[in-house]
Amino acid sequence: MREGEADPGLYDYLPYRGRPKIAWPEGKTVAVWVSPNLEYYELDPPRNPHRASWPKPHPDVVGYSHRDYANRVGHWRMAEMMEKHGFKGSVSLSVALCQHIPEVVANANALGWEFFSHGIYNTRYSYGMDEAQERHIIEDSIRTVREATGQTIKGWLAPALTHTPRTLDLIAEYGMTYTCDLYHDDQPMPVATREGQLISMPYSLEVNDHYGFFIYNMSPREYAQTLIRQYERLAEEGAASGTVMCIPLHSYLIGQPHRIGPFEEVLRHIAADGRAWITRSGDIADHYLAQAKGGAA
Amino acid sequence: MTLDPGYLEYAHRAEGMDHGLYRWSNLFSRKPLVWPHGERVLTWIVIDLEWFPITPNAKPFLAPGHMQTAYPDYRHYTSRDYGNRVGIYRLLDALDGVGAKASIAMNSAIAERYAPLVRDIVAAGHEIVAHATDMNATIATGVPVAEERAMIAASLDTLETVTGTRPKGWLSIARSQSFDTPALLAEAGLAYACDWVNDDLPYRMTTAHGPLLNLPLNHELSDRQILNVQQQSMASYCEQIRDAFTWLSAEADASGGGRMLPLNLTPYITGLPYRVNEFEGLLRWLGGQPGHGFATGAQIAATADGQLD
Repeated sequence: MREGEADPGLYDYLPYRGRPKIAWPEGKTVAVWVSPNLEYYELDPPRNPHRASWPKPHPDVVGYSHRDYANRVGHWRMAEMMEKHGFKGSVSLSVALCQHIPEVVANANALGWEFFSHGIYNTRYSYGMDEAQERHIIEDSIRTVREATGQTIKGWLAPALTHTPRTLDLIAEYGMTYTCDLYHDDQPMPVATREGQLISMPYSLEVNDHYGFFIYNMSPREYAQTLIRQYERLAEEGAASGTVMCIPLHSYLIGQPHRIGPFEEVLRHIAADGRAWITRSGDIADHYLAQAKGGAA
Repeated sequence: MTLDPGYLEYAHRAEGMDHGLYRWSNLFSRKPLVWPHGERVLTWIVIDLEWFPITPNAKPFLAPGHMQTAYPDYRHYTSRDYGNRVGIYRLLDALDGVGAKASIAMNSAIAERYAPLVRDIVAAGHEIVAHATDMNATIATGVPVAEERAMIAASLDTLETVTGTRPKGWLSIARSQSFDTPALLAEAGLAYACDWVNDDLPYRMTTAHGPLLNLPLNHELSDRQILNVQQQSMASYCEQIRDAFTWLSAEADASGGGRMLPLNLTPYITGLPYRVNEFEGLLRWLGGQPGHGFATGAQIAATADGQLD
C-alpha cells in the first residue's frame, strides 16, 4: 500500500456496471464458499500496546469459554452438517490450533477443507510489528499448516483483522494469491502489491455470523433469511458476470443449538438451487487467476 | 514500530489447553451421559434472584442490571426489586404449573431481606444456588483473594442459616471469575459452578483444592442475552428455545446420551406481565415433548458426577 497517503492505492476503481464476464465452471453464476473460523484464543495473552485482547481483566470467563465452545461442541456440529449438504470449508485458522487441539484440524483436513492463515492466535495482533516480526508470523503460518495438514496456504485473513501497511506486500511475496481482508467488491479483484500476484477474495463482514448476531442482533431465523436473500441476489446478478458469496462462520455462534437448525435451511437452499458453484476460496482464486491470465476476464 | 520480542513467544503453545483448569474434550466422542430416567433432554432452569444496593460499587466492575443514573437511581433500584416482589411469583407459578423444580441462584442478601419469598421457594422444593452476597459483590482479578474467599463464605453461611441447607452450586455475578475462583469454590465445599459456557454438558475441572464440576449455563440462551442485549421479542425467544430443544433432542437420539437445555431467567425480564404468558406456553410445550424432563443443577451434577471420569 501507499503508506501514509489518503488513498492507500490498493486497487483501481472499476464500476460494477459493464464489467467483463467472469465465468464460473459449468455455467454457475455465483461461487459460494463457507469459511469457518477455527480459532484459538489465549486465556492470558500478553498485551499488544495498540489493542487489548479481552474487554475484561483476565480471565474473561465468558469471552474465553464462549469461544472454547467451538472446539468442544460447535465445530463438530457444524462440520457434520456442512458435510451432509456437500459444503467443504475454507478455514480461517489460528495456526496454533494445530498444536493445541490437533483433532479439530485433522477433522477439517480429512473432510477436504482448505486452510488459510488467520495468524498464530486470535489474541495476538499484528499492530506494531516490524517487518522481521511480521515475516516471522507468516513463515510460522506456512510451516505450521504444512506440517499439520500437508497443505500450502494460499490466503490470509489477518489475525483479528489487525494489519500493518506491509502485510499485503509480504503475503504476496511469500506466494499467497488471495487476501480476505478487503471488502470493496462482490467479485475477486487484483490487488496492487510490490511483487507477486494477489487478489481480493470477497469475504464478508455484513453476513458474517458475528455481525449477524452481535452487530445486527438477528435471531437465528432472521440470520438464515438474510443469507438466503444475499444468495438469491448474487446468484441472479452473477448471470452477467460471476459473483462470489462467502459465508463466514464461527462455530461458537452458528454451532449453538438454537442456531444450527435454522442455518441448515440455508445450506439446503443453496445446495438445491443449482446456480451455485459450491467450492473453496483457493479454488475460486485459482480459477479466476487462470481466467485472467487467459484474457477471458 | 516494533513489538517487544516476548509478544512472539508462545509459552503455552502445546497440545491441550493453555491452562490447567480442565482438559479439552469433544462432546461427540465422549462417553454419553445418561439421565436418571433415560430422558433425552433435561431442561435446567436457573432463575437469578438479585438485590442491587442503590449505592452501586463498580469495583471490580458494575454488575449487569445495576444502577445507571446519578444517585438516587429509583428507576433501576425499583425495576430490579420488581423482580423480587412480583416477577418471581409469576415464574414460581409457571414452574408449579408444569411441576418443574428449578435452581434459584440467589444473592444471600435476598435470603436476609425477603424471608417470605425464601420460605416459598424452599417449600416448593426448588434448589438454592449461591449467587454472591449482593450485586455489589462482583469478582474479577484484582479483588484480594482473602476478600473473595470471605465473600464466598458469607454467601454460603447466610444461605445455609436462612434456608437450612448449604448450597452445592455457585453462580458468579455475570459469570465473572478471578484466576482464584475455581479453587476457592472447591475449598468452600461446593460441588459445582455454572460460570464457564464452553460446553453443552457438565464436565470436571481440576483445582488446587480438588475437583469442581462445571455445569455450563449457556448465556446465549438466557433471557438477558436474547431479550435485553439482542432486543428480540418474547415470541422469538420462545421459538429459539424450541429450536434448541428440537436440535438437542435429535442429537440425544443419535448419540444415545442425554442433552441439557439450560434456561437462565431473570424475574425482572421474563416475569413481566406482557412476557409471562408466552413463557408459560413455552414451559407447557417443553413439558409435553417426549423424552423431556425438568431438573435442578444439583440433580444434574449428582448424575454427572457418578458417570464422569
